[in-house]
Amino acid sequence: MAVRKPPITTREYWAPGHAACAGCGCATALKLATKAFSEAMEEKYGDPNAFAIAQATGCMEVVSAVFPYTAWKAPWVHVAFENAAAAASGVEAAWKKLGRKGKILAIGGDGGTADIGMQALSGMLERRHNVVYLMYDNEAYMNTGIQRSSSTPYGAWTTTSPPGKYSIGEDKPKKWVALIAAAHQIPYAATASIGNAFDFVRKMKKAAKVDGPAFVQVHCTCPTGWKSPLEKGVEIARLAIETGVWPLFEIENGDFFHIKIQPPGGGAKVKREGGKVVAIEFKKPIEEYLKLQGRFKHLFKRPEAIDEMREQIKAMWKVLGVDVTLPKPGE
Amino acid sequence: MAEYKPIRKVVSGNYAAAYAVKHARVQVVAAYPITPQTSIIEKIAEFIANGEADIQYVPVESEHSAMAATIGASATGARAFTATAAQGLALMHEMLHWASGARLPIVMVDVNRAMAPPWSVWDDQTDSLAQRDTGWMQFYAENNQEVYDGVLMAFKVAETVNVPIMVVESAFILSHTYDVVEMIPQELVDEFLPPRKPLYTLTDFDNPISVGALATPADYYEFRYKLAKAHEDAKKIIKEVGREFGERFGRDYSDMIEKGHVDDADFVFMGLGSLMGTVKEAVDLLRSEGYRVGYAKVRWFRPFPREELLEIAEKVKGIAVLDRNFSFGQEGILFNEAKGALYGTGARPIMKNYIVGLGGRDFTVRDVRAIAENMKAIIESGKLDREVEWFHLKR
Repeated sequence: MAVRKPPITTREYWAPGHAACAGCGCATALKLATKAFSEAMEEKYGDPNAFAIAQATGCMEVVSAVFPYTAWKAPWVHVAFENAAAAASGVEAAWKKLGRKGKILAIGGDGGTADIGMQALSGMLERRHNVVYLMYDNEAYMNTGIQRSSSTPYGAWTTTSPPGKYSIGEDKPKKWVALIAAAHQIPYAATASIGNAFDFVRKMKKAAKVDGPAFVQVHCTCPTGWKSPLEKGVEIARLAIETGVWPLFEIENGDFFHIKIQPPGGGAKVKREGGKVVAIEFKKPIEEYLKLQGRFKHLFKRPEAIDEMREQIKAMWKVLGVDVTLPKPGE
Repeated sequence: MAEYKPIRKVVSGNYAAAYAVKHARVQVVAAYPITPQTSIIEKIAEFIANGEADIQYVPVESEHSAMAATIGASATGARAFTATAAQGLALMHEMLHWASGARLPIVMVDVNRAMAPPWSVWDDQTDSLAQRDTGWMQFYAENNQEVYDGVLMAFKVAETVNVPIMVVESAFILSHTYDVVEMIPQELVDEFLPPRKPLYTLTDFDNPISVGALATPADYYEFRYKLAKAHEDAKKIIKEVGREFGERFGRDYSDMIEKGHVDDADFVFMGLGSLMGTVKEAVDLLRSEGYRVGYAKVRWFRPFPREELLEIAEKVKGIAVLDRNFSFGQEGILFNEAKGALYGTGARPIMKNYIVGLGGRDFTVRDVRAIAENMKAIIESGKLDREVEWFHLKR
């Protein structure tokens, strides 16, 4: 009988039994990321175990290693919040010195990466350590109870950006760390999403295989912080891609003139010139993404804020060199 | 054991530290420049560039990352080193707790420098003493030789008890002042300090470990107790390593407090680091003039040598504690520690605290003489004029 090869290794490095919330999209991201990493190490070095993990404080850290238990089936170190990239630099230097071949995986959330860990991240990338930095982006400080970070999107409710008479919620555009990482002219920087697992795994493997530093920013749902249905995590993440809220792109060696854009799906029309994506006509309005999440609920009484969000999304795509049209509901 | 023939070099305190790092076969250095520490890492970079040392050097973007990367390297299993001073040490503060809590045998040189403001780059012990409760052991060097010896011994002690050690030297007075240092031939250092044997590594996938886990109230307490006990147990190791160092290389460090003339002294000067070199010179002079004085140079501030202090306190009538540091709202830090350690022991020498040399102000033999005269009068009258004196304060 023919046995179909599973699309990704059945080996587990992020084991069941961790204490993440039900429906945690970031737990899914870590599970896929470590599997992809191991496959890449096997393909590159012939050793699926040629890696170690350095992780910043955050949701995925506190839920994974509560003494005397651990969910990690790989060497793992946690050295506080702002410095996963610095700790990974030291681990990588020691690996080199001790003659161990492989790559280090650094993991941080959006707070630990976009805010407090920005300097350490920049240092690690600039020094060209052989490290992949995975930023799991659930768009707020979820571990401390849903406070805004610089990666929180415009309009979102958090406990420190509450909507009210004088507030529409978070009032700053989202900071895209993948672009900042790419500006270090590192071999590889990309965005990904748990809404497109195949694309995410492919990107993690690519990141793991390049020589030198790489950065992957993965969008992952947080039902607790987003006030969204537990079972709809992947669906919501996919809607972010299909409505244009979350771009999937790759930048190699800091070449902003040749950004690779992954087609968003959802019926969107992609226009290419010379193989390059130059325009996308989205068919699904962003409201389809927003309406599944309690964090955006208040915006439906403030349609002008949703229009502002559309303008910001267009501006972000402009940075990527793509003209987008975003429909309103019913258009 | 090969015969020991020292190699004499005229070097600064910072270069003495760099040579010790090379001779200790340190594997990873992660560091950030700061005056007056910078020439340590410059020299290490030079050793690497010349092929004299095979070290992975990580030129990090801050002291916080310096300690984070050093922790990463040490947790991976490497022998790891860094160096800093003052503001840099303060920036590392969070990571200092981390290094000791994770029980990593890191060695760091701190060049004592005054904390700002006012901005200053000169000698002052408050930077390192303010890190008292971070769980690090602290060794204070009197001279360049002790910087070199201290770094070598620190690795041996740290790797035995799994507690990080800060080797402390004075800004400029040692860091940039050249002196003869007897260095040990590499093969003899190797005999004294074999390669590190880590309890676990981050390269061993067959026995994967998680470092830096969360501990609930059910376990945190015991982790703290174990670190506290490691400090107490380290006293024996420090003495053993200090004795072994003396047997091999002729400079004995088996005492955590170096004592001079304690047995027939009315009072002793007590202090840390380079200012005790001045005191020792002054004591010789004063004794030739008939003063019954001695000295007690505290080599190890952490773990604090309570037992050795008590032995001294039982023999003398007075202790003049010289603090090149201050704890605001209280008194000199060593003075406070020494008094606290003696409470309840029955030993009751008269103790007076002299605050000296803050921010690199000169502290001279003449100053020691003035303090001796003051202490002599106090002991003869039995009356303490004041407990804490800001010595030679401009008014």
